[in-house]
Amino acid sequence: MSSHRGPSTFILSVLCFGFAFLYVPILVMMAYSFNDSALATVWGGFSTRWYSALLNNEQIINAALLSLKIAAVSATFATILGTLAGLALTRMRRFRGRFLFTGLIAAPLVMPEVITGLSLLLLFVSLQQLIGWPVSRGATTITIAHITFAMAYIAVIVQARLASMDESLEEAAMDLGGRPMQVTFDITLPLIAPSMISGWLLAFTLSLDDLVIASFTSGAGASTLPMVIFSKIKLGVTPDINALATIIIGTLSLGILIASWIILRSQRKTSAQRQSG
Amino acid sequence: MTAATDKEAPKLPETDFTETPWLDPQAAPFIQIKSLSKEFDDFTAVDSISLDIYQGELFTILGGSGCGKSTLLRMLAGFENPSAGQIIIDGVDISDLPAYDRPVNMMFQSYAVFPHMTVAQNIAYGLKKDRLPNAEINSRVQEMLELVQLQDLAARKPKQLSGGQCQRVALARALIKRPKVLLLDEPLAALDKKLREQTQFELINLQHKLGTTFIVVTHDQEEAMTLSSRVAVMDAGRFVQIGTPLEVYEFPLNRFVADFFGTINLFDATVTSSVQVDSCTHTIEAALDKTGTLVKADCSHQLNQGDIISIGVRPEKLSISQKKPRGKNLTITNGIVEDLAYYGNRSIYRVRSHSGRMIQVSAQNFQRTKELVLEWDDQVYLSWDSSCSVVLPE
Repeated sequence: MSSHRGPSTFILSVLCFGFAFLYVPILVMMAYSFNDSALATVWGGFSTRWYSALLNNEQIINAALLSLKIAAVSATFATILGTLAGLALTRMRRFRGRFLFTGLIAAPLVMPEVITGLSLLLLFVSLQQLIGWPVSRGATTITIAHITFAMAYIAVIVQARLASMDESLEEAAMDLGGRPMQVTFDITLPLIAPSMISGWLLAFTLSLDDLVIASFTSGAGASTLPMVIFSKIKLGVTPDINALATIIIGTLSLGILIASWIILRSQRKTSAQRQSG
Repeated sequence: MTAATDKEAPKLPETDFTETPWLDPQAAPFIQIKSLSKEFDDFTAVDSISLDIYQGELFTILGGSGCGKSTLLRMLAGFENPSAGQIIIDGVDISDLPAYDRPVNMMFQSYAVFPHMTVAQNIAYGLKKDRLPNAEINSRVQEMLELVQLQDLAARKPKQLSGGQCQRVALARALIKRPKVLLLDEPLAALDKKLREQTQFELINLQHKLGTTFIVVTHDQEEAMTLSSRVAVMDAGRFVQIGTPLEVYEFPLNRFVADFFGTINLFDATVTSSVQVDSCTHTIEAALDKTGTLVKADCSHQLNQGDIISIGVRPEKLSISQKKPRGKNLTITNGIVEDLAYYGNRSIYRVRSHSGRMIQVSAQNFQRTKELVLEWDDQVYLSWDSSCSVVLPE
């Protein structure tokens, strides 16, 4: 009814309120990262000194690097294992306990992190007592823990993609002379690659974000970024954390912008080709 | 006859079996299916089927959903392992070969064109897997592209193709390996009506040109009728009848085939007399149940008085008129036009006979008229010649 009059004031105010609710806290935090004052709540003029302070803070830099390393390694392994699990659950048609396995793979998704963390800690401790490995808890145990819970997400994502994929594509490839292994590499993997990439990104983000499981499975000397930030907050927020958060948000936004631009460009290219034909 | 020719032995006319190899007693079947069965956990999809198919045939397997036709095709392609039986193609038992080693290619119902490859890459896939030299692959892909008239679209992705174009990519991709047998699963089902008719003829021409043996699976009796050299009608995992489309349509073996392959009016009847005319024709007379109307029919075998049979008449073989028709071998009944559908070239009438049952009549509209010749609720006579009655076992 009101389509030709433009959106009503009510709709506009609701929209503004919604976006404000989402983004005002982040904007405030970003603004305070340029605050000259050492007190988080008092504005003392514009400055970039917290950024240089951050770059000189070896503890934070090391924690960030460690987090990135753990995230990259665990996301990669989780993608491989999760994809295999997804393939097995959708493509091996009948095997005993398939229903059970499907349930088991999804269970970590709903498991409280505290329980996942605690159980992994118990596992690592008892493993150490039994076979002497892992010698101490640290980056390796965090990585293993992250692989464990990220794998479930990836298996579910890959499984959904495979289930919606036309199975006769694989049969057609086999009919044309492709051996099962070749079919997987020629047809299945290229077609599920987008979901594998989004799964990898999700695993990467989950790993970067995780505090609870990392706290349980870490040992002395291996602190991830969330662990460092959390311990710093307990002593009072310093503005260099704001600076760090601003950098992270900036990087993420840039990444999202580039990704959307690539997607938009490929869509335009396809539609242009279709029109020309 | 024998006395007239001493020097020249009487020559039997040589029958040409090139179009009908299944009638040639000397011909060796190209595909032999020997008591093939497929059992799933709790039911039998294919029940001990045996079948010979000859080289160059366009053989159609026709049946409703769940009759086992797709399972049979998938066993031929190698996607299902038979529970029992053998498949022999060109003298080689392929029952235990995996799909990728069989001299058989398949065109899928969904076409299954690889979405991440171009048209040319799709078509080349089979040859790439055979590790042929690139030069040969390229020339054969070019050849196939020309055959299916897709030269200009070689670099396109499937997303940018229409349904008909995808169908041709799938066809080219399945033919490029020069398979001994091409399997087609509902080849035309995904196309719209106009395109389907056109593609039908293209498919037949292509098959004639290449001489490849085609096995088509379909649920569409019209498709089966126009495409095939022979049809096998399948029901509940077994073949009910195998024959040329004409044989199956005009001489169905039982009520299921008669009803499934085209439309037919079926009447229950009791034989009242059976007279032998010559060695293979008996003229029988039967009384229709309920009304007792006497029907004459030709039958290939002797029937006894009191036998319960079905009499079938195809709608187009019935005459409809307002005057009572006269004729020697006619069966005549009457009724009221209850429904009529005007198709332009023909009209379909549904006539309620005085016994209360519906009889369907299809009549050509020979004359150009301003008004319908017959209207709803008109009293009409229906008649048909005894040779048009199909006698079916009850």
